[in-house]
Amino acid sequence: MRPIATTRAATGTETGKLAVWWVLASEVVIFGGLLASYVMFRLGHPEWADAAAVTNTYIGAFNTWVLLTSSLTAVLAHQAAERGDGKKAARFLYMTIFGAAVFLGVKTYEWWYEISHGYTITSNGFWAFYYTAAGLHAFHVIAGAVIMAFVARDAARGRELHRVELIGIYWHFVDIVWIFLFPLLYIAK
Amino acid sequence: MVEPAVDLTHGHAHDDHADHGPQGWLKYLWSTDHKVIAMQYLFTGIFMALIGGFMAYVFRMQLAFPGMPVPGFGIVSPGEYNALVTNHGTIMIFWVAMPVLLAAFGNFLIPLMVGADDMVFPKINRLSFQVFFVSTIVILASLVVEGGGFAGAWTAYPPLSADSTYNLTPLGSTLWVIGVGLEFVAFLLGGINFITTLMNSRAPGMRAFDVPIVVWMIVVASILFMLSVGPLLAGAIMLIFDQTIGTGFYNPATGGDPILWQHLFWFFGHPEVYVVLLPAMGVVIEIITTFARKKLFAYRTVIFTIVATGVLSFFVWAHHQFIAGIDPRMANIFTVTTLLISVPIAELCFIYIATLYGGSITLSTPMLWALAFVAEFLIGGVTGIFLGAAGADIYFHDTYFVLAHFHYTFFPIAIIGTFAALTYWFPKMFGKLLDERLGKWHFWLTIIPFNMIFIPLFVLGMGGQHRRIYNYTHFPELAGDGFQSMRIIATLSLLVMLGAQFIFLYNCIKTARSKRKAPRNPWKANSLEWTTESPPPHGNWHPDRMPVVYRGPYEYSVPGREDDYWPQNEPK
Repeated sequence: MRPIATTRAATGTETGKLAVWWVLASEVVIFGGLLASYVMFRLGHPEWADAAAVTNTYIGAFNTWVLLTSSLTAVLAHQAAERGDGKKAARFLYMTIFGAAVFLGVKTYEWWYEISHGYTITSNGFWAFYYTAAGLHAFHVIAGAVIMAFVARDAARGRELHRVELIGIYWHFVDIVWIFLFPLLYIAK
Repeated sequence: MVEPAVDLTHGHAHDDHADHGPQGWLKYLWSTDHKVIAMQYLFTGIFMALIGGFMAYVFRMQLAFPGMPVPGFGIVSPGEYNALVTNHGTIMIFWVAMPVLLAAFGNFLIPLMVGADDMVFPKINRLSFQVFFVSTIVILASLVVEGGGFAGAWTAYPPLSADSTYNLTPLGSTLWVIGVGLEFVAFLLGGINFITTLMNSRAPGMRAFDVPIVVWMIVVASILFMLSVGPLLAGAIMLIFDQTIGTGFYNPATGGDPILWQHLFWFFGHPEVYVVLLPAMGVVIEIITTFARKKLFAYRTVIFTIVATGVLSFFVWAHHQFIAGIDPRMANIFTVTTLLISVPIAELCFIYIATLYGGSITLSTPMLWALAFVAEFLIGGVTGIFLGAAGADIYFHDTYFVLAHFHYTFFPIAIIGTFAALTYWFPKMFGKLLDERLGKWHFWLTIIPFNMIFIPLFVLGMGGQHRRIYNYTHFPELAGDGFQSMRIIATLSLLVMLGAQFIFLYNCIKTARSKRKAPRNPWKANSLEWTTESPPPHGNWHPDRMPVVYRGPYEYSVPGREDDYWPQNEPK
């Protein structure tokens, strides 16, 4: 039996959705603090542009496209869940997870390439921020994909369909963080 | 979420201890009941307070009687002294003030006061405590690992904290950062629960301005915490990387900057003061209105005031860095914002006084603690004005004046506020009434020594004594002028104060053994937690008789009513 508290909605918004938004608020300040620190340093160190020039903008752009597409499938999953089609929602969620896997695979290749060319996290300030920020983001991608797998498993059996939207909101956030990371770490030379 | 079903159906009338009855302690440990989790936080917090208090005893003894072996500890080495001071600060703020005021009372009070059966996410609530428990083990482990506990002050400024060739505690300092980071995660999980429970689970009829102030305060504090801790979490990751894999975020040699940590730390650190202050101020409001039998003066103004305080608290952080080489023009701006934030806090003090004015005041133990909070915190606030002004702060920085100032804020918050809350809600939490006579002895023997500890430290600080010195007798000019005797007075007062806590312990044991049960509403208060049994059963109320709210929580001495109180759930 669910506690009475969990089923109440004095604000008119479902409790789970409220909670996800508050989680995102706390995440925004985590990434906000990291990126604000990076931007302040970057302004004070024009020479970091040399290090930034090593990063591969085309691969980064490809990954941006992969992540944006995975957000599209997350929305389609939500749409299917709204109509009560759990099987279809699960299918779209698995496609989103596939997008996350591609993203992480490409990321692994990039890091392997950069590290094997001697650009490690201790090389200089730019690389320290590059690996920390992208690593923290990748950690969120992994966490989101794992949670999504559980949501998809339930959705395929027609259970807890409202969670499809919640994980979708989270996934958009992961996406938006990358939209900030990509220009800051790849494009700005 | 499966197990409550049994308790809800038959546990209500017969068994007060439905949730920690015969199932054994493991079941108790795994409970999702908000009251059990509150107790877990409370007792962990009290246990850590004993450790933090013991640390204070050891280093105060070293300062008063340098070089002498401290009973129960032995001779204090300089490294140990630094580790004790560092971890005293860390533990008292992150493992005492936060778990007790925010987590224990937040968990206990929010569902009861908004008329819900539990938090909205009971399992996340349990996870919050479990993460907190792990963080407690990590911070305790950091004290005993090879090399000793972290000794770079609770603010952990790099390069001292970032490089083990400077701090000599490679394991201790990393475990310290990990412990603090885990603790933050625990409170983020708890905070989301607090906020959404208030937003969504209020009893039918309870509008936003019918919520007791203490719930508002705890929730606003949770929001402040959530919006300020993120940058420091990011900063903690950077610090761990600097410590363990040799990045240079805080190292100028590789393009980093140690001042970055100060910004990230204090961007969190200053709102953190209000994170623990607001719950204590809310507790005081509940107690003052109950024992003055008077309606709270300006309910809505209080809400707007705390929101204003919260917003302003994000723009004052650099007043901790006036001598860190920040631009003097920036220092001016932060002086102005810092002085501004004393306006809403002063406003709250006036609201207390206006509420008390003309009330029929009962000086019970909780009321004494509440009034002491106002008086003592006022001293902390007023001395803060000196430190907020950049000109004066440059002289006072890192002296005992600063130390005395923030103990005059944190002691009222973490100790006086906690005892106020504990003595007030003790009958509801444990179902027994504390002994008033012992309670008053405990009160006076805590408050008087407290002032005798820290007033001499103000004088020492104004004499220019720097905080972080292990043995003042090494410096003849710092040991003269009666300075040493002031340190001895402070230390002896501390011993009296620590000893007085045994009165409270004895009071608790005596009360626990007594057969006298507390009534539902011993103080004749209005808010919803007093309408259920003491202690409340699992689920708080019978599921068919959940409370419905008709009015705000401060309707005392309403003209034309026979009773001088008017519970929130009574239709007429």
